Amino acid sequence: MKIIVLGAGQVGTSMAEILSREENDVTLVDIDSEKLSGLQDRIDIRTVHGAASYPSVLERAGGHDADLVLAVTNHDEVNMAACQIAHSLFHTPKKIARIRSAEYLSHREIFTDSAIPIDVIISPEHIITQHVLHLIQYPGALQVVNFANDRVQLVSVRANENSPLIGRKLKALREDLPDIDSRVAAIYRQDRAILPNGDTVVEPGDEVFVLAAREHIHSVMSELCKVERPGRRIMLTGAGNIGLRLAERLEQLNFHVKIVEHNAKRAKEVSELLDRSVVLHGDAADEDLMTQENIDNVDAFCSLTNDDEANILSAMLAKRLGAKRTMALVNRSAYVELMENSLVDIAISPRVATVGTLLTHVRKGDMVAVHSLRRGAAEAIEVIAHGDKDSSKVVNRSISEINLPDGAMVGAILRGEDVIIAHSDTVIESEDHAILFVIDKSKIRDIEQLFQVAVTFI
Amino acid sequence: MFSSAVLRILGVLLVMFSTTMIPPLIISWMSSDGSAGAFFVAYFATVSVGGALWILFRNKARELRVRDGFLIVVLFWTVLAIFGTAPLLLSPNPALSLTDALFESMSGLTTTGATVLTGLDNLPPSILYYRQQLQWLGGMGIIVLAVAVMPMLGVGGMQLYRAETPGPMKDSKLTPRITETAKALWYIYLGLTVSCAVAYWAAGMTVFDAVGHAFSTVAIGGFSTHDESIGFFNNPLVMIIAMIFMLVSAINFALHFTVVRSRSISTYFGDTEVKAFMVFMLLVITTAITVLAIWETYPSSGQTILHGAFQVISIGTTTGFTTTGFHWWPSFLPVLLIIMSAVGGCAGSTAGGMKMIRFVLLYKQGKREIGQLIHPSALVTVKIGNKPVPDHVINAVWGFFSLYILSYVGLSIAVTATGVDLITAFSAVTACLNNLGPGLGAVAENYALLNPATKLILTATMLLGRLEIFTLLVLLTPAFWRS
Repeated sequence: MKIIVLGAGQVGTSMAEILSREENDVTLVDIDSEKLSGLQDRIDIRTVHGAASYPSVLERAGGHDADLVLAVTNHDEVNMAACQIAHSLFHTPKKIARIRSAEYLSHREIFTDSAIPIDVIISPEHIITQHVLHLIQYPGALQVVNFANDRVQLVSVRANENSPLIGRKLKALREDLPDIDSRVAAIYRQDRAILPNGDTVVEPGDEVFVLAAREHIHSVMSELCKVERPGRRIMLTGAGNIGLRLAERLEQLNFHVKIVEHNAKRAKEVSELLDRSVVLHGDAADEDLMTQENIDNVDAFCSLTNDDEANILSAMLAKRLGAKRTMALVNRSAYVELMENSLVDIAISPRVATVGTLLTHVRKGDMVAVHSLRRGAAEAIEVIAHGDKDSSKVVNRSISEINLPDGAMVGAILRGEDVIIAHSDTVIESEDHAILFVIDKSKIRDIEQLFQVAVTFI
Repeated sequence: MFSSAVLRILGVLLVMFSTTMIPPLIISWMSSDGSAGAFFVAYFATVSVGGALWILFRNKARELRVRDGFLIVVLFWTVLAIFGTAPLLLSPNPALSLTDALFESMSGLTTTGATVLTGLDNLPPSILYYRQQLQWLGGMGIIVLAVAVMPMLGVGGMQLYRAETPGPMKDSKLTPRITETAKALWYIYLGLTVSCAVAYWAAGMTVFDAVGHAFSTVAIGGFSTHDESIGFFNNPLVMIIAMIFMLVSAINFALHFTVVRSRSISTYFGDTEVKAFMVFMLLVITTAITVLAIWETYPSSGQTILHGAFQVISIGTTTGFTTTGFHWWPSFLPVLLIIMSAVGGCAGSTAGGMKMIRFVLLYKQGKREIGQLIHPSALVTVKIGNKPVPDHVINAVWGFFSLYILSYVGLSIAVTATGVDLITAFSAVTACLNNLGPGLGAVAENYALLNPATKLILTATMLLGRLEIFTLLVLLTPAFWRS
């Protein structure tokens, strides 16, 4: 696929990198030549220097035969203009733009082909807010992703010593919870993936990915680790875009929120926007302030500033001072890996959280959702099966008959409104949404092909 | 520093190179010229050494760093030239010494076209073909070919590509993916070669000569299958075809790519470098023809124009084909021609020399300095085709220019020290550094009479010229080897 990425910021650069690894032809455009220098050496992309919305720049970037424009510059207006120009001049089939401002987002009707032609709007802040919210709602979960209009959830949990399933085979899950159907998609033991079957024994420290209907996920999780009720006392640091949104959502859900912001002006602004949250002006790394604000009673502490180091350090400090669970927003992927087994319980990588949304639109086959897992090494996808037995390699076949690549498994199926947890004899029908877990991302191509309908089928 | 990742890629490249021994092997076998054994042994030696390296370090894949790029390119060109000697050494005819074989092999790969061989017409056809093919492989760059055909070189490919491709501005990719860029370049190269071969054949050459000369014309090499070079055919049509293809091959291949894609010839006329190149060529051709006419060197005016234009284009593009030899031309012409080869073709072409774009930049920079003297507080930007050129590029050109002059002087002194007369020494270094081929004095026809030490120096000179000095000199700095 030929893709033009506009804006070489955090999102743009990491998208370009991921997309080029997936054998797409990527051209990255930015107005700042310094941001572009050296990128061509590191990743196999072409860089073009210039203003992203200028027709001549888009043309140089290969606008004429681009399949996708991804506008992720810092300015909503530039993103919109670029999509408009790509649409009018080059008839680019798909245009994805990042729009941050709530003003624009509150009028979705402007984003049509006759007005501002953007096919998909992504809002990384929104995605990350959602991501953090899930983690707060499911204490114990390392990652929570939704499928099938939120009816199916995939969670990863770390099995701990006093959970019921430790030392027992996975089959026991069914004995413990006879009415609940769930599927363990993968187990990571010391960073090595195990494709589980009924006889696999769960050990303490295993990272278990389990798939179940949303209403059951709490019960399933409690089999794997000691689940507490989600704590009500939340402390956030950094009242930026993400912090503010998260505080608003948490307020709606009746959490008690304290939010720390070191910029006095911003703190004032946010205090006016929020109703019940306590806005504190100060530094999250200030031990006295934290103690005063009863950090030892906080159930979840999330540091969400723009500064990786500050986030990590304040989360570590909070943990030391007694916060139950700590999360830090960490942009640099090297840091994310460092944070494993540290005082910070969860390092949230915005790039991994965002990339799935984009991959959904880049992948072949009728993808509904793509979620990047384990820092991008594994993936969970929701894809629709089309066609019939002749034109498709999956329709009207039971799962055991499908020629799935190694390290991939079908976890669940959404048929109409019903969620079916997949077993080897489950038969996939046309228009089913299949939810797959892929341990090895390099196998994604095979899965795309598997779900693509033969050319003769129109 | 010789990390296993580097050795692994070297192995892969050698295996790839070994396959190029197969066509001459087939030719030898078909014409039973007695060299089949030599090619078979050469093939076997190359493939086994390459395969051994590959298998030994197969698990050592890692991304290439900038430094690895330089190392691989220099290492590979050296190793390639060494393995390339095998058929020349082993074949009963011409039975070259090691120095001679190395000189010939390097001259082929670097598209210099200087030869130590005489009596080409009596050599086995497989050896003749092999020499032409060496030039063709070296022309577009064998590493660029490797990047094109081996996706495994993907990311690091940019490093390799940059270390091998000539010109001051190497960051522009034709396509987003480096393998596609390399492929595009090779398709154009292949297309030019095929059309050139067909044209030669239509003009009356045998298929063997047509293909052989197409290889060395498009590669701007200058090897021929005959002692008399293009003069052998004594055919004005062949000369005209050669002139056209030499000029086309001396134009930036990125420009050819744009023309092919946009299907409009006008791109050529809008390019500053091509315009400068053509004007420069025209100027020298006119001068040469005028002088030749005044001295009445050739009997007819038609011959004067034909030979004048051919020789200037052949030398100016650094090809080095000859029809009558220019070394006995009257007045200042021999010196003018040998010096003009320093300009060479355009960046990103198969031509040697310093490349036109650098001279355009130097000229504009000179003009800027003068402008600055007149208006001390003016901000003057150097522009190429309405686009400002970043200062670091201009600085790089100055650096290149000074190193070029330095190498030229140093090498000339070294060659003189081996006991060669001054004219021969200076012209041989010019001819080798610019990948031209024929020089003046004792090296006007061939390099056979030089002593081995001189030949070794000149062999290194050719590589220095082909890799545009920086790539090779980088390896000679202590900083490179400090980890």
